[in-house]
Amino acid sequence: MTRVLGCLAVLMPPYVWMVTFFALPIIVVFAISLSDAVVGIPPYAPLVDWSSARFLGDVENYTFLLGDAYYLDGFLGSIRIAAVATFICFLIGYPMALAISRVRPTRRLPLLLLLMLPFWTSFLIRTYAWITLLNSNGIINNALLNLGLRETPILMLYTDFSVYLGIVYAYLPFMVLPIYAVIERHDLGLLEAAADLGAKPFRSFLSVTLPLSIPGIAAGCLLVFVPALGEFVVPELLGGSDFLMIGRLLWTETFQNRDWPLAATVTIVLLVLVVATVVSVQRIVDMRERPL
Amino acid sequence: MRSRWRPLIGGYALFGYAFLYMPIVILVVYSFNESRLVTVWGGFSTKWYGELLGNERILQAAWLSVRIAAVSATGAVLLGTAAAIVLVRFGRFRGRGVFNGLLLAPLVMPDVIIGLSLLLLFVWLQSQIGWPAGRSGLTVGIAHITVGVAYTTVMIRARLSQLGRDLDDAAADLGAPPWRGFVEVTLPLLAPALAAGWLLSFTLSLDDLVVASFVSGPGSSTLPIVVFSSVRLGVSPQINALATVMVVVVALIVLLVGLSMRQSSRRPPEGAD
Repeated sequence: MTRVLGCLAVLMPPYVWMVTFFALPIIVVFAISLSDAVVGIPPYAPLVDWSSARFLGDVENYTFLLGDAYYLDGFLGSIRIAAVATFICFLIGYPMALAISRVRPTRRLPLLLLLMLPFWTSFLIRTYAWITLLNSNGIINNALLNLGLRETPILMLYTDFSVYLGIVYAYLPFMVLPIYAVIERHDLGLLEAAADLGAKPFRSFLSVTLPLSIPGIAAGCLLVFVPALGEFVVPELLGGSDFLMIGRLLWTETFQNRDWPLAATVTIVLLVLVVATVVSVQRIVDMRERPL
Repeated sequence: MRSRWRPLIGGYALFGYAFLYMPIVILVVYSFNESRLVTVWGGFSTKWYGELLGNERILQAAWLSVRIAAVSATGAVLLGTAAAIVLVRFGRFRGRGVFNGLLLAPLVMPDVIIGLSLLLLFVWLQSQIGWPAGRSGLTVGIAHITVGVAYTTVMIRARLSQLGRDLDDAAADLGAPPWRGFVEVTLPLLAPALAAGWLLSFTLSLDDLVVASFVSGPGSSTLPIVVFSSVRLGVSPQINALATVMVVVVALIVLLVGLSMRQSSRRPPEGAD
């Protein structure tokens, strides 16, 4: 009996905490997404009319959201930007992971620490640093003008380019680390076997290393794509004022328009996108792990 | 990957590291710039550090952020330790899958979702039961614990599942009740994971802008919120100085952790590699 009580005493605090502050909020968001905005505190209409016991919610916010070009653009734009940024992260990150895994073991830890170090410094400040670099009178443009390479500054800040750059910059380590973790465990004997069988290095990379690293690639893509989808800081600081992404829509509805039911609806749609992404990546990994 | 490809990949990696560090280097260099114009070099000066030290608003926000981060990191480690014990030592039980999912989901949840959902929860709770009374450092702390628990659980669980149960069984054979065996045997062995988890949650809390913006009140602007509002108005040399201070502190901590990791990985020559 005391054993059961002891177990419950360990189990209950984290369980109750996560149910109260993670699961319950999502249920509240879903409920409020069915409501309408009103002026008042709280700024949404009650869902149930207790005097007549009627349910007042409807899916009006959802039909509005999916039929409105402004919001639809925001969603599709976010998906496009997150997908392209993930791909660029892969193109830069994969060779980095490969390079780290192929140096002498004593040198790997310092290289990994160097990779993580930026991650431990403020994300906000690192994004802000790019403003100094990319601005029309910023460091890069000043250098180009002074060297006489350009007559006029290149417009880099507040464009799609700067948003891609900011997202790739912020999430690159999240692509490199999972890929490294997988490649590092590879049996180098497989590559020697491929070489013995006459495969050129590039060929054995394509048919041995790359296929074996797919679980790491999948994890890396997930860790970049999902936060990029809901990114707020990068488009806000580096994107133009009309640059739409879901995170920004949500922010505007919450803080400027104070339309909390609509913000809740945006959140639920984003949540569905995130869950769909996680589930499909999981599928890909599961499929590969099944024996052929 | 030998011969021809090696220098190519090495160069590529070098380019990647340069990409990661260039903005940070620029920030540090220009924090010593005399000129107010961030992009024009006007000579060496430490005046922005002086102004930073005199900036009440930033100092207050920094102190608040450090307190919130310390409290929420401690909370996240306590809850994460309990969660890790449940997941590693309790075997299968009904609801384990849900428990595991709830703990790990914040890892793949965009900040805006966590922020808005907690804001709506707090407002709804306040209208139903009167708690929490408005939004403050308390609500920011609760939000940061919720995110932190996911990270601490993963780190502590990894360590705990390596430990095995032999030592606990030995403690039990010697007559120690389970809690005593845990405190005197397992806990010291978990210490590195607890410390790493604490540091990670502390950093995440200190760095968080989005979640804190949703759940903080008028009197509880954390450091990132203050930095964000000043950065939005344009570049400011004081922020460069602040960034440099943060980079130096973080670099020192990472260096220390790295060195101690290296020492502990050298100590036991376990088997042949």
